[in-house]
Amino acid sequence: MSIKVRYFASLKESVGRGEDECHTTFPMPVQAVWQQLNPELAMPETLLIAVNMNYVKHDAMVEDGDELAFFPPVTGG
Amino acid sequence: MSWPFFHRSLEAKMQIKLCEQVFNPWQEIEQYQASLTHLAGKYGATGVFVGSMRDFNQGDDVTSMYLEHYPGMTEKQLQQIVEQAQLQWSLLDSLVIHRIGEVNPPDVLVLVAVWSAHRGDAFDASRYIMEQLKSRAPFWKKETLVSGQHRWVEKNTTGYQQESR
Repeated sequence: MSIKVRYFASLKESVGRGEDECHTTFPMPVQAVWQQLNPELAMPETLLIAVNMNYVKHDAMVEDGDELAFFPPVTGG
Repeated sequence: MSWPFFHRSLEAKMQIKLCEQVFNPWQEIEQYQASLTHLAGKYGATGVFVGSMRDFNQGDDVTSMYLEHYPGMTEKQLQQIVEQAQLQWSLLDSLVIHRIGEVNPPDVLVLVAVWSAHRGDAFDASRYIMEQLKSRAPFWKKETLVSGQHRWVEKNTTGYQQESR
């Protein structure tokens, strides 16, 4: 029972990891997942969040089996 | 959603590609258009945007760049962006190609091409797709400067800035 957590670009470097796993048996707000995995690091305000590859707001919920991604503003094109 | 729009989205097609190697956008357009035999005589407009890598940014000389992306989400977002364009404008077909990995100036970074019966749809939809791509598609640029220093590009500029002057 877990949520797969991914980090990209500059955030991956500041967190020091590309992936994490968050074990839970009940739905959790994404902010709680961040705090659990990165207790020393405040969640950046400009952070973008995706659940199962769709953008979500900072107060979204995640549950077992979801893929949660945190990343900085995108700079493609 | 109204029926005419729904009908539009069913008819319109697209191709989205992420490319690790240098590509020639004009060759890609030519090849793709040649495959649209069923649309010959139907399109009167092709709207094209080609974005290339500069050798300068924020006052510094840039020698190369690494383009990171989120595999799976990038393709999903690009597809959704083109689908949303298809709902708003009458498009017959669309082609989007974006580089990933190591890129050097003056490589082409992105190609957006749309085919439509009339120019208004082609102009507007190609710009919409490009602006949405800049703000939603999960790509990140890491530049290497002439000094050897590496830095992440922090955010994209607003494409519509010029109009507010």
